Amino acid sequence: MGILAWTWIIVGLSFSLYISIAIWAKAKTTGDFYVAERRVPPVLNGMATGADWMSAASFISMAGLISFMGRDGAMYLMGWTGGYVLLAMLLAPYLRKYGKFTVPMFVGERYYSNAARVVAVLCAIFVSFTYVAGQMRGVGIVFSRFLEVSINTGVIIGMAIVFFYAVLGGMKGITYTQVAQYCVLIVAYMLPAIFISIMLTGNPIPQLGFGSSLSEGGQQLLGTTGGYLLDKLDLLQQDLGFKAYTGAGAKSTIDVFMITFALMVGTAGLPHIIIRFFTTPTIRGARASAGWALFFIALLYTTAPAVASFARFNLLLSVNNKAYEQAPQWIKNWSKTGLIAWKDKNGDGKIQYAPGNAFAGKIAFAKTPDGQMEIGPYGEQVVSTPQTPIETSRNELYVDQDIMVLANPEIARLPNWVVALVAAGGLAAALSTAAGLLLVIAAALSHDLIKSILAPSTSEKMELVYARIGAGLAVLVAGYFGIHPPGFVAQVVAFAFGLAASSFFPLIIMGIFWKRATKEGAIAGMICGILFTAIYIIYFKFINPELNNAAHWLWGISPEGIGTIGMLINFIVMFVVSKITKEPPQEVQRMVESLRYPRTI
Amino acid sequence: METKQNFAAYWRMNLTYVVILLSIWFLVSYVCGILLADALSHIYFGGFRLGFWFANQGSEVVFVILIFVYVKLMNNLDKRFDVEEK
Repeated sequence: MGILAWTWIIVGLSFSLYISIAIWAKAKTTGDFYVAERRVPPVLNGMATGADWMSAASFISMAGLISFMGRDGAMYLMGWTGGYVLLAMLLAPYLRKYGKFTVPMFVGERYYSNAARVVAVLCAIFVSFTYVAGQMRGVGIVFSRFLEVSINTGVIIGMAIVFFYAVLGGMKGITYTQVAQYCVLIVAYMLPAIFISIMLTGNPIPQLGFGSSLSEGGQQLLGTTGGYLLDKLDLLQQDLGFKAYTGAGAKSTIDVFMITFALMVGTAGLPHIIIRFFTTPTIRGARASAGWALFFIALLYTTAPAVASFARFNLLLSVNNKAYEQAPQWIKNWSKTGLIAWKDKNGDGKIQYAPGNAFAGKIAFAKTPDGQMEIGPYGEQVVSTPQTPIETSRNELYVDQDIMVLANPEIARLPNWVVALVAAGGLAAALSTAAGLLLVIAAALSHDLIKSILAPSTSEKMELVYARIGAGLAVLVAGYFGIHPPGFVAQVVAFAFGLAASSFFPLIIMGIFWKRATKEGAIAGMICGILFTAIYIIYFKFINPELNNAAHWLWGISPEGIGTIGMLINFIVMFVVSKITKEPPQEVQRMVESLRYPRTI
Repeated sequence: METKQNFAAYWRMNLTYVVILLSIWFLVSYVCGILLADALSHIYFGGFRLGFWFANQGSEVVFVILIFVYVKLMNNLDKRFDVEEK
């Protein structure tokens, strides 16, 4: 059976599973809708958090990013896991003790101010939308390659599915769907990695495989000699003019440091992750869930660097200096989606792969007058984007980072059903995260805006209706961003982190650990933090993208890492303003005090 | 009054645990994985260069252990100070 048939079967089966769960777990009360009635056991909550957390960016883009960045890519690995340590020790148990529905609600009560609550609602919505855009794009990419539809059609199919189970099931539906999605995505991620690890090194554990030496079979397969895989990869990279894979990369140490920090703190401040800790039955459970969540996440995150180096190794060996006509089939398959492109700069009919961009700007393809793709002399789609001058780069190949995981099984010539399974895993990852984010948006609109501020007399039944309408509207906006994406999947996601780091994290930490933090301090801190971060990012990414390089950055910190500075600004402003304003009312201080002890006192 | 002091002691112990565990968190990721990564890369650990390994896998493994240690410590502390949920 072909890839297409297998994909329909496996994706179809997994989707019917999610939809059945959504129907079974239909939310009946607002408690169901927002926090699944707090009946989710820690291990299951950990799995659901894992799926909620591991997005299209983690599943689809991360290994690709690492593959192209070498050791610098570890900032994603450490950044996207280290935040859980902060969550477990600084946030989860206290917020569970607080025991209400949403993060803006905590902010509103702790800072005794509806203004603080509204700002928190806006931040939650802003962060969630930035993040959800990347997810919908990821769904589109998977659908377009594996179901052979356009990326935009793919986005629309994804919207329809998410709409169904987020709107119907709320948190309860989402939680149990996410448990199923975790199982699908982890199997889909590990299985090809295990196969490839065995093929190349004979070691069935990919986490160890990429640190092993090449087996005889692996040497034959790739036409190379023996030795440690990573050492060979370093040599291969250097031969082609790249930096060593395991050594310092293109980024400065301060930038790597700042980005890692922004990602960690951002993780701990992401509203859709925090909200998951409201669903456990006990405080002990909330602490343990964070551990289980990270355990389940680490299974994938320790496999990712193995996948990245296998993919890189394969790419360098199987592509460079090959005649295009004899290039592996996956190159041609992925060219159809426009995510791989080749232009014969030096006219030798072979693919030259070297450092630097092959083309100047976004890839576009030439069309014939009757609207068909123009095909070049070797059967390639003709690229209409201007090529970068040959003096700056003799690279002829454009490979989109987002395809490395999805293309990997094909690259390693694994059976078609494995390829289809990976597609299902990518969809599971993107849809579960999108659903979690939509819930945050829905809760922010219905609970924090309508029920608490605009129309407090709303009945529970009506609130549930508003929550569902909110989720529905959010799906539409998410779909729009999926069709008109503001950048690479992983880059967009990185912004959401910077914004979460500079708004929520200081607010919640100070709210729990410092009784003296006042509402004036909180509002001033949050506004300064998020404004600084957003302006920095928008300035370099949208207003003056040509200035977006280390020479123009503040202290050499890229827009991806600036959230760390935004967070510091938030902390400092909050501290100073709190010191000079009137201390919080006694009952608020007593509430903060009570968060510190699990038992009610 | 006595309970109040007990609560304060409980909170101080909690903060001590957190400070120690977060120092380890910082050490494995930021120090070993980023700041000293180049220096550690001269040391081999199987087929891995140590700096590269910490950055790619070592920190994550330590993170998981840290959380479970914290859970264990806090559960014991809750019992010792008799503040656990009933």
